[in-house]
This record gives sequence, C-alpha cells and structure tokens, in this order.
Amino acid sequence: MWRFIASRIGSALLVLLVLTLVVFIFTRVIPSDPAVVYAGPKATPDMLERIRSELGFDRPLPIQYFDYLKGLVTGDWGNSLSTRRPVLMEFATRLPATLELLFAAIAFGLVAGVILGVLAVRRPGKLLDGCIRFLAIGGISMPAFWLGLLLQVLFVGGLGTLPATGQFSKEVDYVAPIDSVTGFALFDAFITGNWVAWSDGLAHLILPMLTLAAYPMGLIARMTRASMLEVQSQDYIFTANAYGLRDRLIKWRLALKNAIPPTLTVTGLSAAYALTGTFFVEVVFNWPGIGQFAANAMLAVDYPSILAITILGAAAYLVANLIVDILQARIDPRIREAQGAGS
Amino acid sequence: MSILTTSTKLPDFASMDPGPFRRMLRVLGKDRLALFGVILIILVLVAAALGQWIAPYPEEGFGVTNVPNRNLAPSFEHLLGTDQLGRDILSRILVGARPAMTVALGVVALAAVIGIPLGAIAGYRGGWIDNLLMRVTEIFQAFPPLLLAMIMVALLGPSLQNAGIALAISWWPWYSRLVRAEVRTLRERSYVEAARSIGVSAWIIVPRHILRNSLTPVLVQATVDIGTVVLAAGSLAFIGLGAQPPEPDWGLMIAEGRGVIFTHWWISTFPGLAIFVTVLGFNLLGDSIRDILDPRQVKR
Repeated sequence: MWRFIASRIGSALLVLLVLTLVVFIFTRVIPSDPAVVYAGPKATPDMLERIRSELGFDRPLPIQYFDYLKGLVTGDWGNSLSTRRPVLMEFATRLPATLELLFAAIAFGLVAGVILGVLAVRRPGKLLDGCIRFLAIGGISMPAFWLGLLLQVLFVGGLGTLPATGQFSKEVDYVAPIDSVTGFALFDAFITGNWVAWSDGLAHLILPMLTLAAYPMGLIARMTRASMLEVQSQDYIFTANAYGLRDRLIKWRLALKNAIPPTLTVTGLSAAYALTGTFFVEVVFNWPGIGQFAANAMLAVDYPSILAITILGAAAYLVANLIVDILQARIDPRIREAQGAGS
Repeated sequence: MSILTTSTKLPDFASMDPGPFRRMLRVLGKDRLALFGVILIILVLVAAALGQWIAPYPEEGFGVTNVPNRNLAPSFEHLLGTDQLGRDILSRILVGARPAMTVALGVVALAAVIGIPLGAIAGYRGGWIDNLLMRVTEIFQAFPPLLLAMIMVALLGPSLQNAGIALAISWWPWYSRLVRAEVRTLRERSYVEAARSIGVSAWIIVPRHILRNSLTPVLVQATVDIGTVVLAAGSLAFIGLGAQPPEPDWGLMIAEGRGVIFTHWWISTFPGLAIFVTVLGFNLLGDSIRDILDPRQVKR
C-alpha cells in the first residue's frame, strides 16, 4: 500500500515538474514583459529596468526557472503582483475557507447522490427513476455561478431567510470573535463552543454549499444508479432475495457495498473538478477563499499566483485520487491486493 | 424496452445494427427525456441559425445601446426585459446563440481533429510513439480541463477566440485516449489482420477499417462535449476570461446583471437559462445514447 502511494506521488511530481515548466515559459514569453505587468502602466523606463534586475527577469530563462524551483522547495513562491504579499501566505490564509466549502459540498453531494442513485433503481425506467435522472443531469448541466445567483434571489431576496454573501456576518467579530485553533473558522467555532459564530457560519455556508454540490451530486447519482443496476443482477443478490432478506437490507447493505467503488472514483474526480467550481461560487458568494483570489489573479495576469494555482490544481487532483484509492482499498480487499502487488 | 432486452441476448451489436440514424430514432421513440433533449438542441440550433432575423431588436442584440429603456422588467414589448444599457435581452440571447454554438462546435471539432489522428497512430503503431503520447495526455489529464483553459486564457489575454483555443488545447487528450483504446482492441480483430496479410497499407486500414468502426463512442463523447464547452466558455466569460463587452455572450450577460440581481433579476436569469437549456439538451441526448451503447446499463 505504501509503495503504491509513493509511486503515485512520484509520478505526480514528475507531471507537476513538466506543468510548472510549461506554465513558467508561458508566463515569461506571452505577456511580452512581466516587468510591465508588475510596474503598472505609469512606469518610467528606468523603473522598469530596476524592477527587471530586482526580480531577475534579465537573467537567462533556465536560471530563472531553477531559481523558481528552488523557491518552491524552500517556501519562497514569490510575491503576488496584485497584493504584493507572498503568494504562499495569500494561499495559506485563504485555503481553510475553501476547504471547508469544498468538503461540505462534496459530503452533501455524496450523500444526496448515493441516496438518489439507490432510490432510482427501485423501479428502473419508471417515473421516479426518470425524475431522478432529470434532476441528476440537470445538476450536471447547471452553470454553478448561475445556480448561485438563482438561490440568492430565491432565499435572500425572496424569502429573506439566509445571508447572501461572505463567510460570517460582520457582527460576529464584535459579539463572538472566533478563537483560531486550526484556522478552519467554522470548525474552530464548533470546538470552542462558540455557538453564535457557528450557527451564523452554517447559515452562510448553506447556499454556496448547495451551489457547489449540484455537479458532484448529479454525477454521483448517475454513477451509483449504473453500478447498483449492475450489482443487483448478480447471483448473491438473487440468493439474498431468495432467502427472503428484507429489501432495505439487501439494497443499502449488501448491494451498495459493492456498488460504491466506482462511485468513489467519480467522487474523487468531481472533488478535483469542484476546486475549479469554487472559482465561480466564491466570486458569486464573496467567499473569502482561494477561488476568488485565483479568479482575480488570472484577470490581473498575476503570474506568481497563476503558477501557484497550477501547482495547487495538480495537487488537488493527486490528493483526491489518492484518498479514493485508499478508501477503495479499505472497502474492497481485491483492490488492496492488486495495489500491493501491481505497483 | 423491447429493443433493449433483445440486444442483451446478442452481445455483438454490429451484427444487428440498423444504422446509427435508425437506432437513434428508435431510442427517441422510447426515451422521452432524450426526445426532450433533442427538442432543446433543435431550439438552440434554430436560434443559432436564424437568431439575428427572428430577434425583435436585432441591432440591440449586437450591442447598440438604448439607455432610456434600461432595466425594464419583462413585458410584451420586451419579453425578457432589458439590461442596464437598455438592450432587449431576448434579442441578445438569440443573437448570442450563434457565437456560442460556433465556439462549441469549433472547439469540439478542433479537439477531435487533433486528438483522433494522434490516438489512432498511437493505438495502431504502439511502441515509443504510443508511450510518448500517453505521457503527454497524462500531463493534460492530471488537471481539471477548465482550470487549464483558464490559466491559458489568462496568459494569452482574454477574448472569445483565445477561450476557444485554450479549451480545444485542454480537450484533445480525451479524444486521443478514447480513440487509442478503441483502435487497440480493433487492431487485433481478424478482419484487420486479414487486410494486413494481403498487404493493404496502414493508410487504408486505419481510416477505413478501424476508425470507421470506432467512431460511435467518439460521437457520443462529442455530443456531450458540445454542451460542456458551451458551459465552459460561458464560465470563462463570467469571470472575465472569455468574450468581452459588448459581445452578446451568455456568460458575459450573466456577469453584467450580477450586481443588480436583487432588483433586476431578469438580466442574469434568462441568459443563464439559455446556457442551462443548451447544456441540458446535449447531456440528456448523450446520456441516453450512452445507455444503449453500454451493455452493462442495458439490463433494466
């Protein structure tokens, strides 16, 4: 198992190296002069010259690239061109908010998707199945940012029940400030027993979570349905039926356990995709995470941040897939053996 | 249901294949959701073809402003209301259908044109070419395609054209992989071996005997992808990395109305509905075709 994980990380590092190289060359070649981007439109020629030598743009590209790689390892990822602060710090302070949102959305999508998928195979091809299919494909087809706006209009403008934007209300800072323990604000509020902040945070979480969960939910529901159909036609389910076991037990315990590995694969994939989804959802809900920062960095051609986003995207993909592999090995001994032997 | 149950008894689809078109019609007769999807697709295609002639205010659709009429709620004169510059939203949606579909078809076509030959060569030849191509596609696929496209557009400069190029570059590896896998299984079939043994050149075998038989999964993928690309291009435009004002782009229109969503909800809502309807149409159709092609899912 460990050898398997190590080989996965190894190949991912290789991919990452190539990716950073490609993006690095892009950032140095395409916007003809990064110093101009850095200095802004009003810079004089000697200001540009000074910035160039300060940032090392006057040196050969390979050396610049190796310096950059060295910085990556030693923790110096460069300064953001738009906020002028270290990129690593910008990301570290924003990551917890994004992870909380991402985790909530994936958890919701997984639970709702599996339930819908199992309900759909109760009577395949009938009305309920059709409705669930429409709901699932609708969730996949929905532009996340648009769904977010619709939910805002409905719940904030129409019903007035939920807050529209942000992670917490402004008042929380005065009434019940959150003690930072792990950096995950909602989690910290929970473990320190700060119920005022916690309930306020939860209310803020609901809409962005639902928005982000639509796509994974649809994908997971479709996949669960497909693998449940396959599993249900197998002999052991037939036998269980013949023994007269209760339908609920057969479906939710016996069949689902074997139907879940493909579902987990899709979940991992959609978790990595949801990272891109946070770009849009965070913009719509003014969520203080990396997605919003990344979207702005891209508009501002803030290339140190863009490089960092590249790395983060690939890392998210890797982590999501690793978690899936480990979970699958825990569920299915056959996969466990294949991983131990095959890698 | 009858066609589905008979087909499970005959695992070799090709031997009873009534042709893709007839098969499609049969499916649509049975599957009402797929039929609904096709109707949505036809609506969008009609808008793309005739949009500028059926739009009530075509010049506003292309961007001419009419500020005195700004922010009008939906009414008989402006069925879907007007935006902050007084332009009729229905007209802009209708006129915007053509660029949206052009980009979507262009991206999918470009990705297929790059991806299919590379996948076919890699799958048929094997060896180092195959290895090289697989490593390259792995790099592309270690990454959410939309994020890759975003990074490329950010560096190339935001415009609808660059968004299209970036999406095509992020998309082709998927076609390569798909075609390669198909080609590798077909390569070993006896009819291909027979052709090879009588000295038919690879230039004829691959396109005529192999690719032709491996196109169905590619077509399914392309169907779904057209919708996905519409969504992706709209997403890029929404955060400013795609079409630029005053283009009648659906994603851009949503972004333009975002600030006034609580007072003038129609400005963002209807262009978003246009994207949703388009993507939904292609996904419903693609999902239904996949169901018939995938024998695992046939047992209902």
